[in-house]
Amino acid sequence: MTKTVTTVLESLNEGLRTAMRKDPNVILLGEDILDPYGGAFKVTKGCSTEFPERVFTTPISEAAMLGIANGLAMSGKRPVVEIMFGDFITLAMDQILNHASKFHWMYNESVDVPLVVRTPMGGRRGYGPTHSQSLEKHFLGIPGLTVIAPNSVIDAGDLLGTAILESTGPILFVEHKLLYTSSIAKIGQGDWVDFSLEVDGAKYPTATLGFSGVTKHHCTIATYGYNLELAKKAAVELAYNDEIFCEIIVLSQLSPFDLAAIEASLKKTKKLVTIEEAGLTLGWGSEVIAQACEGQPDLLVKRVAAIDLPIGNSKALEDVILPSEQKIVQSIREMLKLN
Amino acid sequence: MMSSHIELYRTMYLIRRFEEQALAEFSTGKLVGTTHAYIGQEANAVGVISNLKSEDVVWSNHRCHGHFLAYGGEPAALAAELMGKSTGIVGGRGGSQHIHWKNFFSNGIQGGIVPNAAGMALSSKIDGRGSISAVFIGDGTLGQGVVYETMNIAALWQLPILFVVENNHFAQTTPVEMAIAGSIVGRFEGFGINATELFTSDVLEILPVAEQVIGKIRSTGCPAAIILNTHRFMAHSKGDDTRDKEMVKKLRQKYDPLQIHGLRLDTADKEPCEAEVNQLIDAAFFHANSADLPSLNGRPA
Repeated sequence: MTKTVTTVLESLNEGLRTAMRKDPNVILLGEDILDPYGGAFKVTKGCSTEFPERVFTTPISEAAMLGIANGLAMSGKRPVVEIMFGDFITLAMDQILNHASKFHWMYNESVDVPLVVRTPMGGRRGYGPTHSQSLEKHFLGIPGLTVIAPNSVIDAGDLLGTAILESTGPILFVEHKLLYTSSIAKIGQGDWVDFSLEVDGAKYPTATLGFSGVTKHHCTIATYGYNLELAKKAAVELAYNDEIFCEIIVLSQLSPFDLAAIEASLKKTKKLVTIEEAGLTLGWGSEVIAQACEGQPDLLVKRVAAIDLPIGNSKALEDVILPSEQKIVQSIREMLKLN
Repeated sequence: MMSSHIELYRTMYLIRRFEEQALAEFSTGKLVGTTHAYIGQEANAVGVISNLKSEDVVWSNHRCHGHFLAYGGEPAALAAELMGKSTGIVGGRGGSQHIHWKNFFSNGIQGGIVPNAAGMALSSKIDGRGSISAVFIGDGTLGQGVVYETMNIAALWQLPILFVVENNHFAQTTPVEMAIAGSIVGRFEGFGINATELFTSDVLEILPVAEQVIGKIRSTGCPAAIILNTHRFMAHSKGDDTRDKEMVKKLRQKYDPLQIHGLRLDTADKEPCEAEVNQLIDAAFFHANSADLPSLNGRPA
């Protein structure tokens, strides 16, 4: 590496290019991904210059793009598809749900579909109702589909490289837009000065972030992706203002998922708050809490998520609709009856 | 590789007898769910697929039994799949519409198979393998947007793919006049894809045209289409035929591919051929019926 990687975007770009260098079967498909533009969020920048024969810019045809990627994946290639905005993934839903995710099982395990669909999700950029959503909740629990979300504490480029080079089935790789410009966490420094980090040995690891030197954590926060940044700020505020110490569990693999790290933390805290950016009802947090309560029925639980509305364009509306550091702090204070 | 008259007849008769037996098994309760009989369209599958090589790919749809049998698939494995048995093509997981064997694939979503076939054609092109993809769709499938997205990309990227449209003039109960504006050929030509249209159920007319079109795809690497105007003599699936019975009877008298091609054969060749196929079909359904049911292999509920 000639350049120091400091943001999640740079890490993803490096991970993608490294995967292309390692395996000539890696093929990119997407809209506007050719250099000099290099994709709407620049994750594919440089790829078409280095591998012109393996980068295919497509018409605005998400369904065909995914369908072609399925055919490539079933015939020896490792396609990586970029959906320009996560909101547009509904146009490819049929190919993901009724084709890519089903083929392996439905054909009696006689085929593999090693496919990665990368897409930016999330709001807070003022893009309005059809360019700001976190639609991954609709893809969780689909048999045969793995959903991965990078974050700032686990190497995002490595995560993407693993997904591209080692997958045997379709993977939806969800990149929050604000994560692109987020700095890669330096645990014990800067924003992360108070924290310690433990990472499990999973292929797509789960990280546990606790306050260094604190022997008793009071509450478990479970989250993924960019919302870790909000959780961190909320945890710091609660630690300094309320002397409430939260342990944060951040999952990279959302579906199917392993509850072990959350369960381990809950044995100590007995209190669980989930944070996600999608709408509250019937979401990721609901499932995490349901599974946690099936194992430990004596938990106090709380979901923090968006209000069940389209995401307004105005910043004032976005702020009200989406979860925030203050909403997390407030929810935890309410749960612990600190108000 | 041209097949002999009797070989062509045998494959069409095999498809016919398989479908008749499958429909009959519903009344005995051995088959449940649904099926989409290919009766009347046999010459299409045989005429096109006889021209493909083992490394070529075939993508088929809900009405896939004829394509599968013309591809060389085992009738016993197909019968077992329809009966939901562990000895089925995909172990009873897919059933009538969702099968995979060698380079043959089918799926039950209208149009979704078209880009899958294009993706495999792209893979072949990237690797310089020289193999092609053939994808079978019906007139009803032409309502799906992804078909046109794929036509556009196949033409832009010059993919070696053959689009076969079997226009049987009815999408379930909807006549083609209520579903397709303009012409089918025009839809392909709009993307610069060469399309050849036939109005016949004579396998000897379909076979050489398919040979020529497929040969051109192989030599140029460009996509092409064959539109086969055809007629199904049975319901879309089961009990959903709203067509005039007299009209269907007349279609059958005029367009039955087995009648048309059968006239070319000597009785001395035809009768033992039919007897052999009848036995094969009886054995296929008998063995399928006595096979084990699948399980989830001890996976917890």
